[in-house]
Amino acid sequence: MPSLAETLRELEEEARTALASVADLEALDSWRTTYLGRRGRLREVTRGLASLAPEERRQVGALANRVLEELEAAFGERRRQLEQEALARKLAEAALDVSLPGRPLLRGRLHPVTQTLRDVLAAFAALGFQVVEGPEVEWDYYNFEALLIPKDHPARDLWATLWIDYRRDGEMPMLLRTHTSPNQVRYMEKHRPPIRIVSPGRCYRYEATDPTHEWMLTQVEVLAVDEGISMADLKGTLAEVARRLFGTERRVRFRCEYYPFVEPGMDVLIDCFQCRGEGCRTCGQSGWIEILGSGMVHPRILANVGYDPERYTGFAAGLGIERIAMLRYGIDDIRLFYQNDLRFLEQF
Amino acid sequence: MRVPLSWLSEYVDITIQPEELAQRLTDAGLEVADIVRTGDWQNVFVGQVVELRPHPNADRLTLATVDVGGERQTVVCGAPNVAVGQKVAFAREGAVLVDPRTRQPAPLRRAVIRGVESAGMICSELELGLSDDHTGIMVLPEDAPVGVPLSSYLGETVLELEIRPNRPDALSVLGIAREVAALTGVQVREPPSEYEEHGPPVRSLASVVVEAPDLCPRYVAAVVQGVRIGPSPSWMQRRLEAAGLRPINNVVDITNYVMLEMGQPLHAFDWEKLARRRVVVRRAREGETLVLLDGTEARLQPDMLVIADAERPVALAGVMGGANSEVSESTTTVLLESANFLGPSIRRTAQALKVRTEASLRFEKGLSPYLPLYAARRAVRLMVELCGGTAARGLVDVFPARERQASIYLTQERLRRVLGMDVSREEVEQTLAALGFRCRWRRPATYVVTPPYWRTDVRIPDDVAEEVARVVGYERIPAVLRAPSLPPAEADPMRELRERVRDALAQAGMQEVITYPLSDRETLARVLSTEELASHPPLRVANPMSRELEYLRTTLRAGLLRSLVRNLRSRPGLVALFEVGRVFLPRTDDLPHEVEMAAGIVAGPKPDRWGLPRAEPADFFDAKAFLETALAILGVQAEFLPARHAVFLPGSTAEVQVEGKAVGLLGQLHPAVAQAFEVEGDAFLFELDLERLSPHVPAGRRYRPISRFPPVREDLAVVVDADVPAAAVRKLIEASPLVARAELFDLYTGPPVPEGKKSLAFAVTYQALDRTPSDEEVARERRRIVARLERELGASLRG
Ligand SMILES: [Zn+2]
Repeated sequence: MPSLAETLRELEEEARTALASVADLEALDSWRTTYLGRRGRLREVTRGLASLAPEERRQVGALANRVLEELEAAFGERRRQLEQEALARKLAEAALDVSLPGRPLLRGRLHPVTQTLRDVLAAFAALGFQVVEGPEVEWDYYNFEALLIPKDHPARDLWATLWIDYRRDGEMPMLLRTHTSPNQVRYMEKHRPPIRIVSPGRCYRYEATDPTHEWMLTQVEVLAVDEGISMADLKGTLAEVARRLFGTERRVRFRCEYYPFVEPGMDVLIDCFQCRGEGCRTCGQSGWIEILGSGMVHPRILANVGYDPERYTGFAAGLGIERIAMLRYGIDDIRLFYQNDLRFLEQF
Repeated sequence: MRVPLSWLSEYVDITIQPEELAQRLTDAGLEVADIVRTGDWQNVFVGQVVELRPHPNADRLTLATVDVGGERQTVVCGAPNVAVGQKVAFAREGAVLVDPRTRQPAPLRRAVIRGVESAGMICSELELGLSDDHTGIMVLPEDAPVGVPLSSYLGETVLELEIRPNRPDALSVLGIAREVAALTGVQVREPPSEYEEHGPPVRSLASVVVEAPDLCPRYVAAVVQGVRIGPSPSWMQRRLEAAGLRPINNVVDITNYVMLEMGQPLHAFDWEKLARRRVVVRRAREGETLVLLDGTEARLQPDMLVIADAERPVALAGVMGGANSEVSESTTTVLLESANFLGPSIRRTAQALKVRTEASLRFEKGLSPYLPLYAARRAVRLMVELCGGTAARGLVDVFPARERQASIYLTQERLRRVLGMDVSREEVEQTLAALGFRCRWRRPATYVVTPPYWRTDVRIPDDVAEEVARVVGYERIPAVLRAPSLPPAEADPMRELRERVRDALAQAGMQEVITYPLSDRETLARVLSTEELASHPPLRVANPMSRELEYLRTTLRAGLLRSLVRNLRSRPGLVALFEVGRVFLPRTDDLPHEVEMAAGIVAGPKPDRWGLPRAEPADFFDAKAFLETALAILGVQAEFLPARHAVFLPGSTAEVQVEGKAVGLLGQLHPAVAQAFEVEGDAFLFELDLERLSPHVPAGRRYRPISRFPPVREDLAVVVDADVPAAAVRKLIEASPLVARAELFDLYTGPPVPEGKKSLAFAVTYQALDRTPSDEEVARERRRIVARLERELGASLRG
């Protein structure tokens, strides 16, 4: 018959072996019940202590306490181990495929013409220009007459006009404005210099549409009137705006052009950013792209609104927003803007 | 205006390459839109057929011996029109010609045809790329110089100029030559116009009466007798063709030639067809008609200027001649008209009759009254020289209101103020002189300038400043960016609101569109109620481009619907579009009232988890969500009340109210309207009148304090009649001073809720700024709310 101490040692050996093979937390709990529980194997063995002599009882008792403590420690260690494994397993199971798409949200956008128009207005606002608007249905007077384009003037051919079916004294005085220039006169009639305005809006022309022509246009009119404004200010201002819109490295060029309501008149060109001046399809092989028309306000217009043309001079300019948007985004067909196809609009 | 360089160089030495010339002209305001080169052939020469022999082995072929300038070559030729003595285009081996079969350019190779070697080829127009004609060889004019390269004889570089309406003087080769001379520092050679007058005095042959001097400031007439009508010389024909005009006969060609050369339209009458040899310049009489040269019959109006003889109109002044006085093969005496007509009158007539000619396009721009005399002399000289005519002695010249040209006073100071730089006196004088201006210096610092007679566009000092600037070059002017003096800022609240609404709708998730404001009346009528259509009948365009673009919109609905349909068809998925733009409401004898509107349209299947259009289709509340979000971004609290409108489905229509005022509509599109626009499925539309909304949009945000004390949250469920709006219940709960919010979280009908009733459950948050509400306080407030709900909405507490 083995001694109690031997039995304890054997039990310890057995318990450790069993602990090593415990695979999960549930099995660990039943191991503890089996070996260390109130009715467990260790208690069963230590019950025999009572029958031992006091000296031996003290020795074996100390041994039993050590076995209990060590097995408890081993249990704790094993438990931490198993918990970590379980966590790792759980995490492994729950790992996301991070490449899956996020849940879709709706994204709204502004029309590319609105976006470009705002950028243009911002460029002028930075130079102190205020935004002023006018009507889209306009009188012949403001659209033509006041801009020195009387009836039967050949320059009227430059703006094919849509007329409103309204007659007064045998004439049709009402039209869809063909440009934003009427706002020059409208504004000057009500204000005194210094004047510094930009006037955006839709304009309409009697025009067949093709990749470079659209009958509805968005224009911005620019007007500055003050003492001492010259073509040098016109050049400086428009060159600055061109660089703000198209990049600081842009080169700007000016050339003579005719508009009935300015004198002298000029067109502003920037060097082609597609080909950097080499010549390509965008710039029609010239290396330069026309971006706006401008000139010094005709002294007769100033006189007609009651300004002294000897004292005040001014410049005016007009930009086509669609054209600028086409250049910025590389759009080759102006008709895309107002066809409103989402496959187009969603690109901006 | 097409200007062949060979013609241009007759009046001015061209010292720079065509590309640079084009650039210089364009920068100076005469836009060269294109440089067209024709006839850049290599290894093709002018030859003359000197002998023809039959081909020994083929009946249809001949052996042609061609003199190519001292050297003779024999070629095999199959053309039916080849004949001895002809001048032809002879191509040597290596010439690149158009292959008649493939129509592609291909190099010519040495060939043996039916056993005979051919040393080259006599070319057809097609092979030279001049036309599609391949019926025979091209026969050159008799005076073609044998042996010279064809490119130097027929080749041409043509500048295509787009002349602006202020420069009718530049609608002429001489006018362009003057510009070239000024820009490149060379002299102009005027074309010769002297001739000998061997005929009787012109006054014995014709009389001219100008009855309408207000429309005809000057009328010059010449008579040339004994002309022989025939083709004009080939050099003239070639120039006319290169400039885009068709040769007709020598007399007519001379009038066209001088028009292109000097810019003055001319007309030649058959003198014998003019009754009593009289020319009367007068307004047309009521009911008069005239058959024009193009065969059309013009019904003349009393404000139209005509040229008449003693009996009837014989020409539409400044526009087109009449068939009754046309120069024909039997003509022997010509009356030449070189006149000045008033631009606006010519333009009105040409537009009214829809006949715009080279002549009318020049007259309408305002030609110089000094030009007719020069042009008449030049044309008579050519008729004497080229038609064998005898010029009558003198010219008839009716020029009643001859005025001295006014001088323009340009001060140095003004020049500097306009250009923003100084130009030296010497340079100004030199520049103006080069352009043909006379310029005197008057102390202390004024240029007294007289423009040349052809420059009718230069009238004021700033015009002269432009002349100086464009010749010295705009590049010389410095670019100056100065701090401006700023006018006081003015607010534009409607514009600001409009842009905020744009942003708000885009932020809510909708895509902006911009649609045309014109459509047809039926389309507009479909999206307007009878009352809307009657109170604001859309304005009509008098000259619409098409029936679809005839009426000015009074609503944004139609444009949005069209965009919706296009997109539902082109791509699957939810379509949520908005537009912010103006509608045009007519007013009596005034411009229409332009109202800023915003409108949105929503339809199509919503995206599922994967973004694919497979979830349920959008409904009323999806559309409402866009609108509510946008309004919330604007800081506007709106109410939605049941409404009726012909375009919307009854029961699914709401009026949008803010502070008790109607500002818009929201609803499901009526199926009948949806069908008319071919919308598949349900569509939902909303619109806001920004003018009505404007007074209710807070200008800015006001901070509301946040309570530091915890809230008490409770659910409150009530049963009300089915037609009581949930918003009314909520509004009443939130009216309690202790309630921070009440949020609807359940809507239930069916047992045990009685028939005709519904249950609404709200999550109510009680909160005070200065304390934590006690349980008793909350209970007391709840009882008060329930009592009010019972009293005002007939509600009962549920559960
Ligand atoms: Zn380019």
